[in-house]
Amino acid sequence: MNRSSFLKGIFGAIALSVTGLSVAAQSGEPIKIGEINHYKRMAAFAEPYKKGIELGLEEINAAGGVLDRPLEFIFRDDQGDPGEAIKIAEELMTSEGTVMLTGTILSNVGLAISAVAAEKKWVYLASEPLADALTWSQGNPWTFRLRTSTYMQAAMLAEQAAKTDAMKYATIAPNYAYGKDAVAAFKEVLTQLKPGVEFVGEQWPALFKIDAGAEVQALERSKPDAIYNVTFGPDLAKFVREGTTRGLFDGRAVYGLLSGEPEYLEPLADEAPKGWVVTGYPWYDFDEDDGANKTFVDAYQARFNETPKLGSLVGYMTAATIAAAIRKAGSTEGDAIRMAFEGLDVTTPVGEITFREIDNQATMGAFVGKTMLKDGAGVMTDWVYLDGADYLPSDEEIAKLRPAE
Amino acid sequence: MGLFIAQILTGLANAGALFMVASGLSLIFGVTRVVNFAHGSFYMLGAYVGYSLMQVLPGMVGFWGAILLAGIIVGLIGVIVEICVLRPVYSAPELFQLVATFGVILVIQDLALMIWGPQDLLGPRAPGLKGVIRIMGEPVPQYDIALIVITPFVAFALWYLITKTRIGTLVRAATQDREMVSALGVNQAWLFTGVFFLGCALAGLGGALQLPKGGADLLMDFTILGSVFVVVVIGGMGSLPGAYLAAVIISVLNVFGVTYAPQSTLVLMFLVMVVVLMFRPFGLLGKEEVAGEHGQVGEPERPIKPAGNRIRLLVAAGLLILGLLPLYSGNFAVVLVTDILIFCLFAASLHFMLGQGGLVSFGHAAFFGGGAYAAALFVTYADTPMELALVLAPICAGLAAIVIGWVCLRSTGVYFAMLTLAFGQLLWSLAFQWGDVTGGDDGLVNIWPSDWASDNSVYYYIAFFLCTGGILLLRQAAHAPFGYAMRAARDSARQAEAMGINTKRIQLVAFTFAGIMAGLAGGLFVFSKGSIFPNELETARSFDALIVVFLGGVKTLSGGWVGAAFFEGIKDYLTRFEYWRFALGLSIIVVVILGPEGIVGSLRKAGERFGLLKVPEDAK
Repeated sequence: MNRSSFLKGIFGAIALSVTGLSVAAQSGEPIKIGEINHYKRMAAFAEPYKKGIELGLEEINAAGGVLDRPLEFIFRDDQGDPGEAIKIAEELMTSEGTVMLTGTILSNVGLAISAVAAEKKWVYLASEPLADALTWSQGNPWTFRLRTSTYMQAAMLAEQAAKTDAMKYATIAPNYAYGKDAVAAFKEVLTQLKPGVEFVGEQWPALFKIDAGAEVQALERSKPDAIYNVTFGPDLAKFVREGTTRGLFDGRAVYGLLSGEPEYLEPLADEAPKGWVVTGYPWYDFDEDDGANKTFVDAYQARFNETPKLGSLVGYMTAATIAAAIRKAGSTEGDAIRMAFEGLDVTTPVGEITFREIDNQATMGAFVGKTMLKDGAGVMTDWVYLDGADYLPSDEEIAKLRPAE
Repeated sequence: MGLFIAQILTGLANAGALFMVASGLSLIFGVTRVVNFAHGSFYMLGAYVGYSLMQVLPGMVGFWGAILLAGIIVGLIGVIVEICVLRPVYSAPELFQLVATFGVILVIQDLALMIWGPQDLLGPRAPGLKGVIRIMGEPVPQYDIALIVITPFVAFALWYLITKTRIGTLVRAATQDREMVSALGVNQAWLFTGVFFLGCALAGLGGALQLPKGGADLLMDFTILGSVFVVVVIGGMGSLPGAYLAAVIISVLNVFGVTYAPQSTLVLMFLVMVVVLMFRPFGLLGKEEVAGEHGQVGEPERPIKPAGNRIRLLVAAGLLILGLLPLYSGNFAVVLVTDILIFCLFAASLHFMLGQGGLVSFGHAAFFGGGAYAAALFVTYADTPMELALVLAPICAGLAAIVIGWVCLRSTGVYFAMLTLAFGQLLWSLAFQWGDVTGGDDGLVNIWPSDWASDNSVYYYIAFFLCTGGILLLRQAAHAPFGYAMRAARDSARQAEAMGINTKRIQLVAFTFAGIMAGLAGGLFVFSKGSIFPNELETARSFDALIVVFLGGVKTLSGGWVGAAFFEGIKDYLTRFEYWRFALGLSIIVVVILGPEGIVGSLRKAGERFGLLKVPEDAK
């Protein structure tokens, strides 16, 4: 939060204590969006995301804003605590005059906001949380998700894995819901595509507390043909280093969920793994043929003088999505925005995406490629962009997963 | 066989950094009696400082020099912290200093973010030790071997320093009886500072030494803290050989746990701790704490008495203002105050057993989260209405408290605190890992109040009556004969026993009562939020309560809820800043230094000085 929005926060608080609530939106006044995130707890991921939003907002407002009004985000830090996030959501929607909510990276915070959104009839765009539950088992009419879900990304890697002749797989994933979802989805899709594959080992290190040496020994012991990795952040760095040192990856195919995202690949520098098949974001590789992708990357670098992360892209797309939704709704009423989100088409740097009516999941896809070293840094090569729409279960299956509306 | 040996070697290598950090914590606690929550932050600083130095200093000499220098620099930072933050509060009640160290954690977190940025840093590899050697065919990294060799040297040097030198003699003497040492003419202040330097330097050394096996990131302060406390406690507080032994046991067991029970990674070390403390209540090599040795520091506590008329009027006016809140304020104020009230009841319940019973719990969130989960589970699986769930939540929390209290009360002091922490952690991992029932960390959602209470203002009144009622009930209990018995058991267990008070039973009842009240707060919490996640059971939540109890003032009757209201209020305000953790940490430190008796204690003193409150006869 910058100084001016902080001051506004104070004024808002003073106004609140004096007059109660009801900051009526007047014509020409900004349309406010509430953005709740873990700016401190997950600073490495939240900051690029926030910059992406800021870039998107500047472009939208320079082009005349939305419904002839400027679009404004109010950024608030929830400390990564679901209870705190709900309190902030309440404040944003009832006294700050925001018209809808967005944000969060951690899935549990996303689920908490989605539950309160459904109860209070607020629109919530879950921008970054990946949990499948958000649009399926715990899905509700008021929650929409932008980013490619765990299932979709795992399915993309499983499809790549099915093309090889590896039969024995070992998995390593952080011991929490995201890790478990990611392994379950990979297993499900891979077994469908290639019956007969065998899962010979499963490792579950505690999130950010990996004992990498021991995990590598345990994986080695199960003698797999291929390894499926879901660890990320500091865990990934330790795992890669121990695994490389101890020769775990020699002669084995490795599939890494999110491992190619700059957030995780960049810190590894010249020790980035080679030859892993990963989902990620190869911003460095875009050229004129990639059109909007290239335009976004250039604009981002020009604006912030730093390289974009995947979070930057998601942030930028979040701003674009919300602008599109409010334009389509033609109003800032919650119900109108919700209706607008159903089947909403948004033009983004990665192409056209659609918010599916059946489960409120956007069809944003992912870049899948192979890692290699280039100039002392890990990069993705031979990448392709896979459309998310092709990696979702059939409509019948989703109807079973999702509670009836 | 080769694998087996390789696994043991991995465990031994992991034990290195853990031992250094733990031995530092143990030393500091042994001498100064400060439970240094910020120890993980010094470990983190060690990693960051070491990383920066390694970028500048070249080659093998540079690498090892950077590690040594990192230790020294972090030690010096520790000295600054000790002189500026801890010295003014040594005479405060026992454990009060941990509030100050909590402030230090927050400040260091934001400073590290400002200086080194948000991105994880991958530690450089040790020059000349990048490869592996093969032991019976199994690869073992060379740096692991280096760590296995270095650690015993550090341990031996420490042992030599403590047992064979004059400084060591003084340190040991201070560990046993610091008043006597200072009576004999030893400058206690510098002894404390020196020990703090050594302890922090060890933490920094540990942080720098693990760089080649990992790196530096902003979460590492908290990730190591749990295991360090466990190691110190299993080894026995203040025992260096114990810390080494425990670090090795935990690390080696962990390696085998990873291989043969991969899902056990969350709980293994806490299970080991519970088992060890069941059989050896003072850790493997710890000595029994001498009773009363650190019981009452500073002014003796005043006898409690019913509030005077002036205070009663004030409280009545305050309750009236709160009671009419929905009539004159906006929706968000109602939501915010509901949150604060619930937290106040939670804190007051901890304050009750801590202040009146002397039972310091590090795991009180077990009952808060336990009550919340009980209510949520009943709603989810039995469609229990809110009214009934709000009754069942405290009952379930109370039942859990009876069982947990029965086990934990076998130990005393810090060991009791650590046992409660272990049980809190066990409950947390149960909620976290038993996904089929508890939803794992995706939690339980859609737990809303009954229709008549779904309006925020109505729910506010429910919370208002139950929380203020609960807090008044806790206060009433302190004035009842039961409260007198609790204080007797706290101040002198032996004399209380001689008078026919069954102290253990009194303590168990107090523990259970506090658990029930925390459970009620938890039940209220879950319906106000509509969802519950395992983080309400986390140790961090317990520490939140602990911090505000000390912040409010242990030796007062209203410290719990006052501290809670202050903390929640200021946090809600400060989180709007960019660097709010820095600001919050600094505010905590300032409050701690200005008011070492807590907010209530210090206000009372100020009130008496300026004639606003009558000075009681017995305090003149």
